[in-house]
Amino acid sequence: MKLFELGERTAQVHDVLVTVGELADRDDARAVLLESADDPALLRPYLNRLDLVVLRFPIFRDGRGFTQARELREYLRFSGEIRAEGHILPDQAAFLRRCGVDSVVLPKNGNGDPGLWEKQLRQFPVAYQRSVLPERSAGPGLRVEEAS
Amino acid sequence: MSVPVGHYQYDRIDRDFLQARIAEFEGQVKRRLDGTLSEDEFKPLRLMNGLYLQLHAYMLRVAIPYGILDSRQVRKLGKIARRYDRDYGHFTTRQNIQFNWIRLEDTPDILRELAEVDMHAIQTSGNCIRNVTADEYAGAAADELVDPRVHAEILRQWSTLHPEFTFLPRKFKIAISGSPNDRVAARFHDIGILARPGEDGAPLFRIFVGGGLGRTPVIGEELFDSVREEHLLATLEAILRVYNAHGRRDNIYKARIKILVQAIGVEAYREAVEAELAQMDLERYRLTPEAVAAIRSRFAVPLLEAPADADAVLTEQRRADPLFDRWVRSNTHVHRDPGHIIATISLKPAGGIPGDATSAQIGRLADLADAYSFGEIRITHLQNVVLGHVRKDRLRELWLGLSEVGLAEANIGLIGDIVACPGLDYCALANARSIPIAQKLGARFADTALQAEIGALRINISGCINACGHHHAGHIGLLGVDKRGEEFFQLTVGGQAENGAAIGTILGAALPEDETVDAIARLVDCYLGRRESGETFLETLTRLGHEPFREAAYEAV
Repeated sequence: MKLFELGERTAQVHDVLVTVGELADRDDARAVLLESADDPALLRPYLNRLDLVVLRFPIFRDGRGFTQARELREYLRFSGEIRAEGHILPDQAAFLRRCGVDSVVLPKNGNGDPGLWEKQLRQFPVAYQRSVLPERSAGPGLRVEEAS
Repeated sequence: MSVPVGHYQYDRIDRDFLQARIAEFEGQVKRRLDGTLSEDEFKPLRLMNGLYLQLHAYMLRVAIPYGILDSRQVRKLGKIARRYDRDYGHFTTRQNIQFNWIRLEDTPDILRELAEVDMHAIQTSGNCIRNVTADEYAGAAADELVDPRVHAEILRQWSTLHPEFTFLPRKFKIAISGSPNDRVAARFHDIGILARPGEDGAPLFRIFVGGGLGRTPVIGEELFDSVREEHLLATLEAILRVYNAHGRRDNIYKARIKILVQAIGVEAYREAVEAELAQMDLERYRLTPEAVAAIRSRFAVPLLEAPADADAVLTEQRRADPLFDRWVRSNTHVHRDPGHIIATISLKPAGGIPGDATSAQIGRLADLADAYSFGEIRITHLQNVVLGHVRKDRLRELWLGLSEVGLAEANIGLIGDIVACPGLDYCALANARSIPIAQKLGARFADTALQAEIGALRINISGCINACGHHHAGHIGLLGVDKRGEEFFQLTVGGQAENGAAIGTILGAALPEDETVDAIARLVDCYLGRRESGETFLETLTRLGHEPFREAAYEAV
């Protein structure tokens, strides 16, 4: 498994990765796997002990993971690592990062080339809407850039 | 050139953004060709750059945000039609233009040409927030309460490459109007927004959700009556977030937001949206007056000066020339300035293809826009073209200029102003050809005096149940169906897109093409014979019910 970091945070390695349903019985679990149909609010009782939430993308077109990441960051104030795995494309790198995802499990095919992921993160210097990242105006209007 | 009237003025950063988008797309094409991207993976990426694969060729749909172009952009579209297509372009019901005969390998070059004039094809297709549409008379109409273009531009920017909403369950269409006379079909959109002024001068937004046509026509329901400007983006984020999380992804025909709203009910949807808003950091999503003002300042305002006798000159010219008078009656709308008028140019010549324009016509439209309307051109959701600010005393000159290129058809809002999808001539989904029957109907009712006599009557034609020709919303709607390899058309009546939105009901069994044309002629005769003074087709239909019309339509079959 090759990890790629989308931002500053260093990706963590965990021996135990459990499903949402298993969390209650596994006091030792520090990492949880969220399927795209799972409601992130189910994690609320466990957030203090979780270091990592892995969002599984069944297919790159299933965009529920983007909303899950934002809910984790914006509503649940989760400050641990969020990771995306499954069928994801380098073309989604900046979208994932802007929704609060820190790392990805690189796909095992041509989409796993870290150079492509790196390039995509730098593709657009500005964005036209706020994200979960620290940003400053790159106005006029709605335009923002990342605050470094 | 001067700052364009009517649309947002780009700066260097906006232009760099477009170049970055083209470079990204070029990279994606390359990865598709070398096999690192599968066709399944490439398809949504190319769709979000406006590139469809149709029946015979690629089609490129170019975005015209809120339907407004400047003459420089229009000339570029003419050039693209000439150089990369078969010398014409097709204006769509979402105020865009599409080119139907594009080669994949030319696409990056076309996108680069478009970027030279601040244009692109971003999000004109795909399961994302599509190009936002707005009232075609925005900023010009006398009946307008709030000019919707500034907020349409805000929505364009906000929805561009939105990190959370680029892989939605299905496409997502937003329309915005600032007039009490809905000219955007607000209640047939995923989100329809009607703006009005609030007490403090800032606009308030009435928001409809879950409308749409397609296989399951649904009239949108009111979600909120009065959303404040500062909360507009937060509210839209919350609506989209609920949809992205809960919209169906197992069946593309059940994936639009309307199906979710129908399934849980609008009250439950409202509660879900309110629950999101309660958790959101509203400050982060706040649309500030400063941001709105900054965007407004990048729209140029036309300097509306007209001689004191402009209106009198027009009145006299109309009196002297009945043909001109007829065109003025059907093809103009009242401007907020008494010396000006809004002119709609019909792209529906009798027997022609609705919405098509040749490169020569496109070039001429640009010249006329420069000469008569501050270089500004609008595309309507009924596939016509508007010059928004024409001096009344110069309207006749404009009309004469239009006549020279076959663009002076006097049929806006009349039976010849037919809306049709591309149909089986282009589209892989279609069951029937929409264009030939539109042409036959156009030819049957070619006489403009007859059209004026018939009055307000809209015909919409779709070549399949996906309803791109909006047949459900037509006063008379035609749906192409395939019966054992033969093209038939099912007739609906009573649909309406704007105020009093209604879905048409089926009149009877589907008919072959020629019999359909005859049946519609009999429907019209029935109306003309039974209408009371001043009644429109829809009003007579409402008063009498469907039965006399059904009998008339099918009497000879």
